[in-house]
Amino acid sequence: MEELLSLFIRSIFIDNMALAFFLGMCTFIAVSKKVEAAIGLGVAVIAVLTITTPINNLLYTYLLADGALAWAGLPDVDLGFLGLIVYIGVIAALVQILEMFLDKYVPALYNALGVFLPLITVNCAILGASLFMVERDYNLSESIVFGAGAGTGWALAIAALAGIREKLKYSDIPAGLQGLGITFITVGLMSLGFMSFGGIDL
Amino acid sequence: MNIKELLFKPLFQDNPIALQILGICSALAVTSSLKVTLVMCLAVTVVTAFSNFFVSLVRNHAPSSIRIIVQMTIIASLVIVVDQILKAVAYDTSKQLSVFVGLIITNCIVMGRAEAFAMKNKPLPSLLDGLGNGLGYSIILIILAVIRELFGSGKLLGFEILPLATEGGWYVSNGMLLLPPSAFFIIGFIIWAIRTVKTEQVEETEFKIAPNTQAKEAH
Repeated sequence: MEELLSLFIRSIFIDNMALAFFLGMCTFIAVSKKVEAAIGLGVAVIAVLTITTPINNLLYTYLLADGALAWAGLPDVDLGFLGLIVYIGVIAALVQILEMFLDKYVPALYNALGVFLPLITVNCAILGASLFMVERDYNLSESIVFGAGAGTGWALAIAALAGIREKLKYSDIPAGLQGLGITFITVGLMSLGFMSFGGIDL
Repeated sequence: MNIKELLFKPLFQDNPIALQILGICSALAVTSSLKVTLVMCLAVTVVTAFSNFFVSLVRNHAPSSIRIIVQMTIIASLVIVVDQILKAVAYDTSKQLSVFVGLIITNCIVMGRAEAFAMKNKPLPSLLDGLGNGLGYSIILIILAVIRELFGSGKLLGFEILPLATEGGWYVSNGMLLLPPSAFFIIGFIIWAIRTVKTEQVEETEFKIAPNTQAKEAH
């Protein structure tokens, strides 16, 4: 339990998806102009990550890993090379299902997230989390916690950046830095801030 | 559009990273060493060019409702091929790149060009457009990697250029350049430089700062 808690904290702050691994940067920069939109996207990312990481973990353990097909009488088969296409397929399918589910049962949330849900398929943070899960050999419970933590960290980072950018538009920025340039430098400073969590050993 | 324009426009005028904000994710993470960066650039350029080519080949056969899935499948298959080749030929580098080879699938340059260009154009121009955008991406990455590796560790591709003070030389390395945040700063400055030269790329401000209208005291 303690171990899972420390993994959760670590994946939010120390191994922050956006600020330490630069995953999901495109949407991170594009959708951080308004705080509300940023929080909406953040929530959607948390939801999708918490679901897809464990599912991909199950698929990896029982279908793709070396010798994983032993239960089907095929102990010599290694389908590891199919990993990428399976993960992205699962993510695309899940986002679609989640979209239909929300549309039918939670229309309020669907309207709030509407535009962002399809965007999530191509958010590298989602695929990245699945790949990290495989690389670091997480088991099922660890991957649930890691998915939730990574999502929370990403959401936190995008909400913070949106807050800063809302204030930033009132400031006098050199013409060439306007918009994209200053956003990059802001993200750099935020990333420096998050690096200070790096010394914490959990 | 002619060949030259397709190939060279994305390099500076319409750079995927600096102007279109595409494919930044991997731009930052892999650039602390030039060797890894070159491999990454090669992989991305190959995938972008060929995914554009194949997407363009099937553009009239795939119904638009499932086109995203079709594009994804093409891109993912290409990335798997690249990943397997890298593992076979350059195992150490592919270990260093870790998840970032896989993440080419979600690299927005690939998807973005497939959707924006390859769906509307013939295969050959699409191939060139992919190649051009891959090169535009590479050029920024290589600039970043040269700055980060040269000033961060005094080396380029493992050869010593600036002898480090810790090893009896004169150069005191800037350790921050090896850390993630420096990549953001450098990209920010590159964008600033590009937009100072090409002023038409400057973004409109939402609010204009009014000039100081307070009456000056008489001297």
